Amino acid sequence: MTLRTAIACVLLALLTSGVSAATPALQLDAAGARRAAALAEQLRCLVCQNQSIAESNAELAVDLRREINEQIRAGRSDTDIRDFMVARYGDFVLYRPPVKSHTLLLWFGPALLAIAALLAFMRALRNRRRRVSERPLTDAEHAEAARLLGGPASTPQ
Amino acid sequence: MIPEIGNFALILALLLATAQAVLPIAGAARGDRAWMAVARPAARGQTLFITLAFGCLLYSFVVNDFSVVNVASNSNSQLPLHYRIAASWGSHEGSLLLWVLMLAWWTFAVSVFSRHLPDDMVARVIGVQGVISIGFLLFMLLTSNPFDRLFPAAADGRDLNPLLQDPGMVFHPPMLYMGYVGFSVAFSFAIAALLSGKLDAAWARWSRPWTTLAWCFLTLGIALGSWWAYYELGWGGWWFWDPVENASFMPWLLGTALIHSLAATEKRGSFRSWTVLLAISAFSLSLLGTFLVRSGVLTSVHAFATDPKRGVFILAFLVFVIGSSLALFAWRAPKVGLGGKFETVSRESFLLLNNLLLAVAAGSVLLGTLYPLFLDALALPKASVGPPYFNLVFGAVMAPLVFLMGIGPMARWKKAELPDLATRLKWAFVVALVTALIVPVVAGRWTALISVGLFLAFWVMASIVINVRERVRHLRGGLTERLRAQGRSYWGMQLAHLGIAVFVVGVTVVNGYQVERDMRMNVGDTVQVGRYDIRFDGTQKIAGPNYTGVRGAVQVTRDGNPVATMHPEKRVYNVQKMPMTEAAIDSGIKGDIYVSLGEPIDPGALESGAWSVRVYLKPFVTWIWGGCVLMALGGGLALSDRRYRLLARRDQTAAGRVSA
Amino acid sequence: MNEVRGAAGDVSADASPAAPTEPKSALRFALPLGIFVVLAGFLFVGLGLNPREVPSPFIGKPAPAFQLTQLARPEQSFSPQQMQGEVWLFNVWASWCVACRIEHPLLVDLAKKNVIPIVGLNYKDKRDAALGWLGQFGDPYQLSVVDTDGRVGIDYGVYGVPETFVIDKTGVIRFKQIGPITEAAWRDKILPLVRQLQKS
Repeated sequence: MTLRTAIACVLLALLTSGVSAATPALQLDAAGARRAAALAEQLRCLVCQNQSIAESNAELAVDLRREINEQIRAGRSDTDIRDFMVARYGDFVLYRPPVKSHTLLLWFGPALLAIAALLAFMRALRNRRRRVSERPLTDAEHAEAARLLGGPASTPQ
Repeated sequence: MIPEIGNFALILALLLATAQAVLPIAGAARGDRAWMAVARPAARGQTLFITLAFGCLLYSFVVNDFSVVNVASNSNSQLPLHYRIAASWGSHEGSLLLWVLMLAWWTFAVSVFSRHLPDDMVARVIGVQGVISIGFLLFMLLTSNPFDRLFPAAADGRDLNPLLQDPGMVFHPPMLYMGYVGFSVAFSFAIAALLSGKLDAAWARWSRPWTTLAWCFLTLGIALGSWWAYYELGWGGWWFWDPVENASFMPWLLGTALIHSLAATEKRGSFRSWTVLLAISAFSLSLLGTFLVRSGVLTSVHAFATDPKRGVFILAFLVFVIGSSLALFAWRAPKVGLGGKFETVSRESFLLLNNLLLAVAAGSVLLGTLYPLFLDALALPKASVGPPYFNLVFGAVMAPLVFLMGIGPMARWKKAELPDLATRLKWAFVVALVTALIVPVVAGRWTALISVGLFLAFWVMASIVINVRERVRHLRGGLTERLRAQGRSYWGMQLAHLGIAVFVVGVTVVNGYQVERDMRMNVGDTVQVGRYDIRFDGTQKIAGPNYTGVRGAVQVTRDGNPVATMHPEKRVYNVQKMPMTEAAIDSGIKGDIYVSLGEPIDPGALESGAWSVRVYLKPFVTWIWGGCVLMALGGGLALSDRRYRLLARRDQTAAGRVSA
Repeated sequence: MNEVRGAAGDVSADASPAAPTEPKSALRFALPLGIFVVLAGFLFVGLGLNPREVPSPFIGKPAPAFQLTQLARPEQSFSPQQMQGEVWLFNVWASWCVACRIEHPLLVDLAKKNVIPIVGLNYKDKRDAALGWLGQFGDPYQLSVVDTDGRVGIDYGVYGVPETFVIDKTGVIRFKQIGPITEAAWRDKILPLVRQLQKS
């Protein structure tokens, strides 16, 4: 597929070209560095196969990390920086998808599943109580049980 | 010549698999003993030929036969021997052959350790394994043949991806596939039960050891993968919720539910149709994982580069296997009875809750993994779903589960009382609460999550202690005697649950107390990180068998006492020219010191110049994988319980009368 | 009467006549199958999609402003303001980009036929290499601007090379082509849009 090949070329080119500048994290203080790391972990590296820009060594990832550091030094908040990235790359760049109409099912799905499971659980208990009847054993069944139990003892549980 | 033999062996294996699939299942339906008897020999023959084929591929890699496309694409003459061997399963085609090999060996094991089973059950189980085998063999022969030739032969190979040139590559895929593929046995037992209409406690007892064994392998395989990523990728992460990781984790979640459900089915005859559904679903998720890795439908660091045509084939196979098994379930399961009665509060209901929570967890992981695909397919705005989502959702579902894990084993079968349980567990509650509050104070940092994690872990550990004491108290005899009287199954359970508590401690402490520093260091600089002093002693050039690079020296001391000398490396592999970071890790039971080289500040002065150095302090991180090992050991211990061996012998005589 | 439960419960459940399955509960058992069929449908559709393509959030929004030096005339600068009133292509390229060579002949052809002005964004490149590349493969650009550190690229949401933006007379981005412009993409998507924008 041409598009796939193209993107592979792009990726290869980006990975093999040039050496990055001094690692951007160096000019931040401890708190700033922690913020930068946390933000970088939430943002997707768009040229990678599912990595955050914190993990990736791709040029775009290094550039975006530099961008984050500069914005932190300029005093921008985490929300501002995220908005900056989203304005340019769309919601796709966030690893924590924003709660919008099309992601409602994603965010509430697990809760719905849990509720459905709980309802199924309660109904199963109620049905079981209604449908399983237990009658005492007949004499023949007693004899059979005695015979079976007379064999090698099984582990007590 | 050898590759042609391998190719031919695969074709023969396919023919045998067809015989193995068709005759025994048809024979079981018709009561034809001759046809049913084909199962074992066909399975063994298939195993023989697949092993032969795999051997041929291995041979081609070992002798550097670059006329084979697979060898030329994934190996190199400079590659060390053990990596040449590992490279045989480093590609799409090779890993498929590994899949089929594992399937064959599992089937072989079933053919050997099934003397005590009725003939029709054995026939059906082996038959279903044969069907799965046909699918994979056909897929290989038609679209992904590892023995394709290259004319003219390449002069040398493109080398194995440097990320895979690691001991992890030697162990992780085989271990993972042993687990992944092993769930096919549980699946086959479930289908056999549905086909025969016999879904009783005996079936559960036969099925249980196979399921537990597969579960043990999968636990170890996933743990290995996590540990490998941790030390290989250079920045200290150990789980990324990558689609392929999730693809291996979902079968594990359902597999865990399955081994618990089988316990109830075996002991009380309960949950029969639910257990069957779980067995089908666990393996279905294994197959789904195979699809996700190889179809290109989801983006993943683990994905093989492959084309949609192969994806269509796997999807068709998936639809056939899963679709027909679920259809069989829909048809046959309603006729299965309900099993023993139990109260709202009883061990059965705790197990049922366990199952439901695990199913919700697996469902949530599936939802998050496939959601980007749903959005894209419906032409809705694209979204990424990553660790922030999964950590939140998974944590929220698992927390109640771990809490219940402290209560469940204490509850009696069929009927238990909540006030009674509460009384027995009150000390566990107190111990857990106190630990959860004190540790953060002593350690100097508190968050709610730290306390929750510690509470849950110590709650489980204390509950285990209380449980053991109760059990042992009323028996007579010496302590050792009383402990041994509980049986391996009991100890296996406690050990596995302890493993989970240990795991939770590891995760909680690492997430709560890890320290990360990324600093520029000149040669001779010392920086304090946590309670350690880190001194950077420069780097020197090195050369390996198929790479060149630099090796740094970092001295770690604490209060003046030397702790470790660490040697992180930065390598460039000769063929693929890929830069790789090899972190240096000082590992211990109290945690890791993790040092890796970032970038040189001045590329012109690699050895004398400054570098950016990353130092991570990861307290108790080894408990994460230690917990997994304990879980697997627990499973193994439970497997070796004498009742399986004892009853196996007894059933052997009984089976002669009962079969067909 | 003795009441023995436990393992015998198995027997009693088997012995009691199977409760007639109400249609409602039988349907429950078909639920997993139903869910799977829906899932398989999505997976099938997914085979034809590209999960790594990032759609641009700039469609319908004004092209971000910048001021960069020109490649051939470093003493002069350029800003997209200058293209107001024209429909134009903004093409991201680099001398190290292999895929750019795939679309380059098409761009050169467009320039020769004067279909639409093309401005190049020379992305993370070296001046000499870039000029050499244009000399070798042809220069379809009205002019190229130099974005050495990729900042303008980030502002435009560039994540790979080549990428091309179609910008209308009021300076609003109307379309983004990710990857090289193929004949089909030009013919079916970009050319009709360009014609339509040029008329308005």
